[in-house]
Amino acid sequence: MSTATFERGYAAFKEQIDSPIAAFFNSCVHCGMCAEACLFYTETGDPKYTPIHKLEPLRKVWYQEYTLLGRLTSLLGLTERLTDADLAEWKHLIYDSCTLCGRCSVVCPVGNDLVYMIRKAREGMVAAGHSPEGQIGAAKRAVIIGSPMGVQFVTLQAQIKHAEKTTGLTIPIDQTGVEFLVVLSSMEIINYPEYLEAIAKIMHQADKTWTLCSSAFEATNTGIQIGSSDIARQLVNRIVEAAENLRVKTVISPECGHAYTVLRWEGPNLIGRPYRFKVRHIIEVLDEFRAGGKLKTEGFEEARLTFHDPCQLVRRGGVIEQPRKLLGMVARNFVEMEDAGKMNWCCGGGGGVSAIDEAEELRTKVFNRKKIQLEKLKVDTLVTACANCRIILEEGLEAYEMDLPVVGLTEMIAEHLVEDK
Amino acid sequence: MMSAVDFLAWVRGPMFNIALIIFIFGVIVRLLEMLLIGRKPDYSEARESAFAGGVRTIFRRFMPADTGTLQRSTTVIFAGYVFHIGFFIVLLLFVPHILLIKDTLGIQWAGLPTPIIDAATVMTLLALLVLLINRLVNPILRFLSTFQDYLIWLLVFLPVLTGYMAFHHFIQPYQLVLALHILSVELLMIVFPFTKLMHTFTLFFARWYNGAIAGRKGVKA
Repeated sequence: MSTATFERGYAAFKEQIDSPIAAFFNSCVHCGMCAEACLFYTETGDPKYTPIHKLEPLRKVWYQEYTLLGRLTSLLGLTERLTDADLAEWKHLIYDSCTLCGRCSVVCPVGNDLVYMIRKAREGMVAAGHSPEGQIGAAKRAVIIGSPMGVQFVTLQAQIKHAEKTTGLTIPIDQTGVEFLVVLSSMEIINYPEYLEAIAKIMHQADKTWTLCSSAFEATNTGIQIGSSDIARQLVNRIVEAAENLRVKTVISPECGHAYTVLRWEGPNLIGRPYRFKVRHIIEVLDEFRAGGKLKTEGFEEARLTFHDPCQLVRRGGVIEQPRKLLGMVARNFVEMEDAGKMNWCCGGGGGVSAIDEAEELRTKVFNRKKIQLEKLKVDTLVTACANCRIILEEGLEAYEMDLPVVGLTEMIAEHLVEDK
Repeated sequence: MMSAVDFLAWVRGPMFNIALIIFIFGVIVRLLEMLLIGRKPDYSEARESAFAGGVRTIFRRFMPADTGTLQRSTTVIFAGYVFHIGFFIVLLLFVPHILLIKDTLGIQWAGLPTPIIDAATVMTLLALLVLLINRLVNPILRFLSTFQDYLIWLLVFLPVLTGYMAFHHFIQPYQLVLALHILSVELLMIVFPFTKLMHTFTLFFARWYNGAIAGRKGVKA
């Protein structure tokens, strides 16, 4: 990254503005409904967390640069110009208090996609040097070491050895011409090694060829969280190169919401061309296996359980029915949370918020929304399909002294797998 | 000193033409300056049709997203519906308005009986008052509201109020109140392109973009 200055930030804001952004700003009537959709407002009651207000810096640039009246009035000195102090003040609103969950984008009556705008506003914030320290550190580690949590391939190799020992299966590395390239999130490598074991078992039983890649094992993309397309492009390129060199048909995004958003939806636009492979979330792949009779399970979970929808999978990703179908295979006592599916409430730690130390207190406060949802259900187990959600859920439950185990859907399926091969 | 009759002739003649030209050219320029910025192509593999998603969202956003939204934003949703529906009934289905449209554009349609228009006008005024009070009392709206929000409220309220007063001959001479009514509409037309009133047109684009972005991903936004 070159040196961040206000001028570079202003130019980055300007460059991000397109027709949709202009249509959104033109359409806002200040009705306030986006605030009621945002857990940072509903749980704090502080109007400064109103989503459209978080976009004031971007609006100012749009008005000054892309409207005739705005240009005229700013020439005459009648417009309040965007300042570096504005950006410093808005850092808390654009980063700490937005998880890119997208509830506001679904609720807005005039149709504004506010998350689309926040995502773009972050590009300007990075260029101006107003992004959070924690995220800058994670992004640097991702570029230099290869992983935001500092995980190196040696760490993964230890994991692989362990998984091979536990499962008795070989975990393929750098195999060419296989069907699937599996990428992982740092969280899965460090905190949830069960995921890799689950993948090995499921692929073996489904008779599918797959591989890990020693140069592209990390799917976490801090570039997207911080809002830097340059970093995001570098990181996604590692996976694109690996997938195309290994000639795989499909790259499987791990149980990680934003990794899916990057790989599936933003990646091709970052590199400026379509991929020569497909990208599917692990939950989509498992559901395809299920539909094709390649996924056989036995036994049922006794516990009363519910599913936490990761925002990037449902509202921002379109994977809504698949986890329910999979849960149907292994759970008899499954109950839906209020507002489940497209309207589910965020865990509070998405969009990079979990990497911001200063945001921890606020994040724990807004977890109250999830607490209310869960208390109504009285469940014994909480299932999800995003390692970041999972960590945040575990932390939140601990903070509110709630005793509830959180499980990844893939490993739950693997536990019930019929192992006859 | 201009007489009421002269005043009426002026607002109906030169002033109306000025307002109409500013309105039409203003809206065209504002839409062009928005659309000409353009957008980058999307290279991701679409799950569903972006076009169908865009069209779907244009219609879906006439209704609240879910019951939770309806419960949390009840006042603004209900008063908002009553105001918009009432305003369009009065604007488009009052016989003298239809005659004006016929004179200007050459097209016409059937109007509603005046008692219904009268009731719709009162409902619209009440809804606008509710929306203003809500804007002043609700902490989110009070925080968000700018000078423009209050100005536009006034500029929308005045044509409805003066129309009601003209119809009931509250001010004498009648020519004066009618002229004030027309003038208030002209003010609204003049500020229209440069304010949030543009949402009347741009919301269809906003919804289309939002729905297309989501539709591509297989999400019904």
